Amino acid sequence: MTQTRNETRVEDTARAAGAVVLTDVVKRYGRGPGAVTALDGVSLTVEPGRFVCLLGASGCGKSTLLSLVAGLDDISGGKVEHVDQPVAMMFQESALFPWLTVLGNVEIALRVRGVGRAERRRRALELLETVRLTGFAHKRPHELSGGMRQRVALARALAQDASVLLMDEPFGALDAMTRDLLHDELERIWREQNLTVLFVTHNVREAVRLGDQVVLLSSRPGRVLNVYDVELDRPRRIDSAPVAALAAEITDALREEVGRHAN
Amino acid sequence: MPTETVKSKVEDTSRTWVSGLDELEKTPITETRWGRFASRLWAGTWPKVLALVIVIGAWQVLFLSEWKAPWVLPAPLTVWQDLVEYAATPDYLQAIVITLQRALTGFALSVAVGSVLGIAVARFKPLRAAIGSLITGLQTMPSIMWFPLAILLFKISESAILFVVVLGAVPSIANGIISGIDYVPPAWKRVGAVLGMKGFQLYRHVILPATLPSFVSGLKQGWAFAWRSLMAGELLVIVAGQGSIGALMQGAREFNDSARVLTWIITVLVIGILVDTLFKAADNRIRKSWGLSTDR
Repeated sequence: MTQTRNETRVEDTARAAGAVVLTDVVKRYGRGPGAVTALDGVSLTVEPGRFVCLLGASGCGKSTLLSLVAGLDDISGGKVEHVDQPVAMMFQESALFPWLTVLGNVEIALRVRGVGRAERRRRALELLETVRLTGFAHKRPHELSGGMRQRVALARALAQDASVLLMDEPFGALDAMTRDLLHDELERIWREQNLTVLFVTHNVREAVRLGDQVVLLSSRPGRVLNVYDVELDRPRRIDSAPVAALAAEITDALREEVGRHAN
Repeated sequence: MPTETVKSKVEDTSRTWVSGLDELEKTPITETRWGRFASRLWAGTWPKVLALVIVIGAWQVLFLSEWKAPWVLPAPLTVWQDLVEYAATPDYLQAIVITLQRALTGFALSVAVGSVLGIAVARFKPLRAAIGSLITGLQTMPSIMWFPLAILLFKISESAILFVVVLGAVPSIANGIISGIDYVPPAWKRVGAVLGMKGFQLYRHVILPATLPSFVSGLKQGWAFAWRSLMAGELLVIVAGQGSIGALMQGAREFNDSARVLTWIITVLVIGILVDTLFKAADNRIRKSWGLSTDR
């Protein structure tokens, strides 16, 4: 957890907590001639503490890639390596359990890990403080707005105490104002908790706003097309000129890739 | 340190922004709780009162038209008098106690059997293929069909009644669980998997709680079937020395006591409505806390 970002050599990253190394990852669905190749030889090294955005049009297998890293799906070829199992994950829908309070939804992650009752409560409240929802601990999920629910989902993911956080379009269903706000919040929490984040999105500006790196994937099958290093100072604003400029460049590349599929 | 001040200023602004947005999301409460309770009570009550008035009115008209002799079809008031008098006797209360005891025993047993069966069928594919449709088939079977067999198996006894009550209620309860498990949103199961739940833990923390609404509606239906089977059973299987509702009602018919028969019909109806209210309350509570009801 106390890994310093720049001093880690690439060959050591596979063994360092928080690193994710993908080597020639292949994912096929089905068998024989009808098989669909979702991912075709994706190689990617995510260094500890980095914020990496996976960007691509529909059919690039970006969500599939996260499922493979999370171990939710079986890999067809290649390797996925990360030191600490399991990784934490968040989805587009908060998928909070309606039979539990906000606090209970965070506690459940700790409970599964065998954390005792008192400690569970203390830690869950602490995490709700982190996402600034202390006052809502005893509400039910349906009493919260979409953005607040995603913050609870984030607290639940943080409760897994994994150093890698996978996010599958977590803000995709939110309005722009709430999304901007959650970008700030996520950035803050990422720094405070020294997380490695793999963030899937189809929103180019969002990727540039958040990422240290933006990985552009091709569609059908998914391959790494390009990796952009985002060397802009933080905190960034999604509507700032440098963000827009890099986003425009990436958008052009993305359009070119999408255009390849036109008939 | 200038960078620190900049950072904390950013921090302050975003904190204010967060709590501001959260505050705006809250729905303002306009009415007081009591006001809402009273208006809801009234909205639920008046249609029932009106329906009752119409039914009793029609009955009175039918009585006045002398369609049947008064001893066959008594007036509403006669039945009311019989009900009031009879309700004060120990026979009446004891009959209700005996019948409810049978119902609750049968229902409890059905819940146990139905739950285990439902989980087993939902969990194991071959079992579902084998008996999945059989369960639904049993559900459509009129329970009175079982009584001849029950009497042959258990003679005229409590067991014969219990057997049929359980057969009537189990399919509904099992089906409630099965469809509940089938309809657990995949997103919830995925979260369970991400959180590291496996096998039993996933059932304990995600799948079973998620089936709750469906389970409750299965229970409600199961109770209805159990109660019906029990009434049919009590009319057919009259166990000596057990003055149950069915036995006393059958006795009243033998003495051509129409008012008494109607007293029992009303009693059974009222019990049915009361139990239904309990299930409805449970159902409403779940829907409200899950955010499935429209009023907040």
